[in-house]
Amino acid sequence: MADKMELKSVEVWDGNMASAQALRQSQVDVVAAYPITPSTPIVENYAGFLANGYIDGEYVMVESEHAAMSGCIGASAAGGRVATATSSQGFALMVETLYQASGMRLPIVLHVVNRALAAPLNVNGDHSDMYLGRDSGWIQLDTFTPQEAYDMGLCAFKIGEDHDIRLPVMVHQDGFISSHTAQNINPLSDDDAYAFVGEFQPMNAMLDFEKPATYGTQTEEDWHFEHKARQHNDLMTKVFPKIEEVFAEFEAKTGRKYKLVEDYYMEDAEVVIVAMGTTVETAKLTARIIREQEGIKAGVIGLRVVRPFPFEKLADLLKDVKAIGAMDRSSPNGTVGMLYNEIAGVMAGTAEMNAVMTNYIYGLGGRDMTVEMLKGIFRELNENAKAGKRLGAIQRFINVRGPELSFLGK
Amino acid sequence: MAEQKKIKNLKSFSTTADRFEGANLLCPGCAHSIIVREVLNATNDDLVLSAATGCLEVSTAVYPYTSWDASWIHIGFENAATAVAGAEAMHKALKRKGRLLQPDRNPKFVAFGGDGASYDIGFQWISGAFERGHDMMYVTLDNEVYANTGGQSSGATPIGASTTTTPAGRVSYGQKRQKKDMLAIMAAHGSPYVAQVAPNKWKDMTKKIQKGFAAEGPVYINAMSACTTEWKFPMQDTIAVSDLATDSLMFPLYEIVNGTEYNITYRPKNIIPVRDYLAVQGRYKHLFKPENAHIIEKLQADVDAKWEYLQRREEARV
Ligand SMILES: Cc1ncc(C[n+]2csc(CCOP(=O)(O)OP(=O)(O)O)c2C)c(N)n1
Ligand code: SF4
Ligand SMILES: [Mg+2]
Repeated sequence: MADKMELKSVEVWDGNMASAQALRQSQVDVVAAYPITPSTPIVENYAGFLANGYIDGEYVMVESEHAAMSGCIGASAAGGRVATATSSQGFALMVETLYQASGMRLPIVLHVVNRALAAPLNVNGDHSDMYLGRDSGWIQLDTFTPQEAYDMGLCAFKIGEDHDIRLPVMVHQDGFISSHTAQNINPLSDDDAYAFVGEFQPMNAMLDFEKPATYGTQTEEDWHFEHKARQHNDLMTKVFPKIEEVFAEFEAKTGRKYKLVEDYYMEDAEVVIVAMGTTVETAKLTARIIREQEGIKAGVIGLRVVRPFPFEKLADLLKDVKAIGAMDRSSPNGTVGMLYNEIAGVMAGTAEMNAVMTNYIYGLGGRDMTVEMLKGIFRELNENAKAGKRLGAIQRFINVRGPELSFLGK
Repeated sequence: MAEQKKIKNLKSFSTTADRFEGANLLCPGCAHSIIVREVLNATNDDLVLSAATGCLEVSTAVYPYTSWDASWIHIGFENAATAVAGAEAMHKALKRKGRLLQPDRNPKFVAFGGDGASYDIGFQWISGAFERGHDMMYVTLDNEVYANTGGQSSGATPIGASTTTTPAGRVSYGQKRQKKDMLAIMAAHGSPYVAQVAPNKWKDMTKKIQKGFAAEGPVYINAMSACTTEWKFPMQDTIAVSDLATDSLMFPLYEIVNGTEYNITYRPKNIIPVRDYLAVQGRYKHLFKPENAHIIEKLQADVDAKWEYLQRREEARV
């Protein structure tokens, strides 16, 4: 039996420690991992727990991230709780296996500490890796603070491992800004956390020798489509109710309330920033300030769930707003950003929605997004709202050297 | 210690219950299936198996069917070793935590990969798994070519073989690079047991597989797998061609115990010339043109040198 850790009601943890503690408390059976900045401390912290008797699962230090996820797949199919962590290049190296994990319906949890993708090489936070994973068939939970990284780290197992779901789950946090910034965190006790996550319930386990299972079959044009369709169907219809159920249970236990889409100042908001990661926190603060100082009816939407995409929730929240700024922290490389694209899809499918929308590309490679810049964006959205039309280009780059960089329209 | 199956003769072998079904899509005469049966039949213990993408995988688990009456997983081309390594780690974890569904069982973890999956694309994954010391067996089905994708060359393709990516032509005699010595490489990982086997020498093979199952830690087996389609010989000749391979010493049968102890396990009564082995295969046809005679000479010289080397290693015990 692993030792229990005595935790204070408030601990000072950075996002990486928060993730590592959530893994420890969930009593993961197998962690197969490989280090990469900025998620390295997750596996280092975990190794420290192991070295001091707090872990009785297996910890497999593999030779690459591809092997990390491959080992996770083998372990998960064998029938037990499995998790790992990575970032950036490591995430990119895993991509092949991400699809294999979700296609085999293996409920692996992956902590992704978001970081830019080379070239040029960069160790800082942006959302390139998170975007790279968005069609991989995983559930993607986004967090804005270390506390949330911890909380989602517990919820993720409960969501993915449910026998109706059986899908892998990523828990995202921003590299450095969240992963390396220590904050006050309210953890659960080891017993309460494990009671919440629950014991792993095997399904089609390879280690059940009374009922051998075949994993990873060949399907061609005869069956492949049905498998993919079923996976998509489950993502579209089963995952949101399950997440909401888990969030409700979590709230009952902790008092902390989570939603599929987090919204701030939205009751009467006219101009809204839609963002992910730590920028949601900065935008929240900015909205409060700009409401007080300039009377702009600013609101903020932060995506808690990136995949499946909360289409209907967004339609509901955005149907009365006048201007939307879709904030993408990943280079769209030849089109509009992912969030702009998705919200445009929401708008196209929602008759009542007729906001003016612009797309801001920001923060690549860890470039700061400040309150002042967000104020500027709210003001711009406010001008659009007043004019009832978009006054500038659809897409604009924020805080990049050189002359104003904008595309699609003037 | 593994529960070893007593197999006295071919008849008892052919009547043992199959955990790998004859109902599969491998070519008639494919040696992969013979090898797999010989490996699985060597133990009565439960099995957790993996296969790399390749002929074996695409031919044995075509949804909604499976040829495997044992737990089996295919992830990708390069990571079959890591797939069973992960499962083996889970077994250890659940054992420690007292959560095994059938705690009295003693499962064996076996990965199968082609030569492409092993010598080339999956090399790093195998190396990592062996360095970590998982209790598992990795079996390379060595047909010296990427058969599944139509016969491209691999790191196991011998000098002179014509493949679709090293075709023999007016100015080429085919593959020019040396076949990688996987056995020495795997022995150098500190593996307790490394062996080369051939399905025609089934007693030798069964003995080695059982030794491998009895050993603790990662065991590597290189299994010669004559490929009727890519080696280009008639499908009923698989075993005859395999006999020529082992009797010409193109595939010497030996084992390496604990990294240094070499044992030759088959000494042909009559060593036949390499050219007799080459002559029955379409992939070497062009070598019999006069301008390529030096390649056959080179192959013979290489085989002689390797045989000499193996005997000296066996004698030296170091
Ligand atoms: C990452 C990746 N690259 C390439 C392929 C294409 N591919 C599938 S099987 C194969 C060759 C298999 O050769 P080998 O491992 O020798 O097995 P064999 O079919 O000969 O038994 C190739 C190139 C793949 N499936 N995945
Ligand atoms: S191509 Fe060769 S290896 Fe593949 S199934 Fe046919 S005989 Fe076997
Ligand atoms: Mg091959």
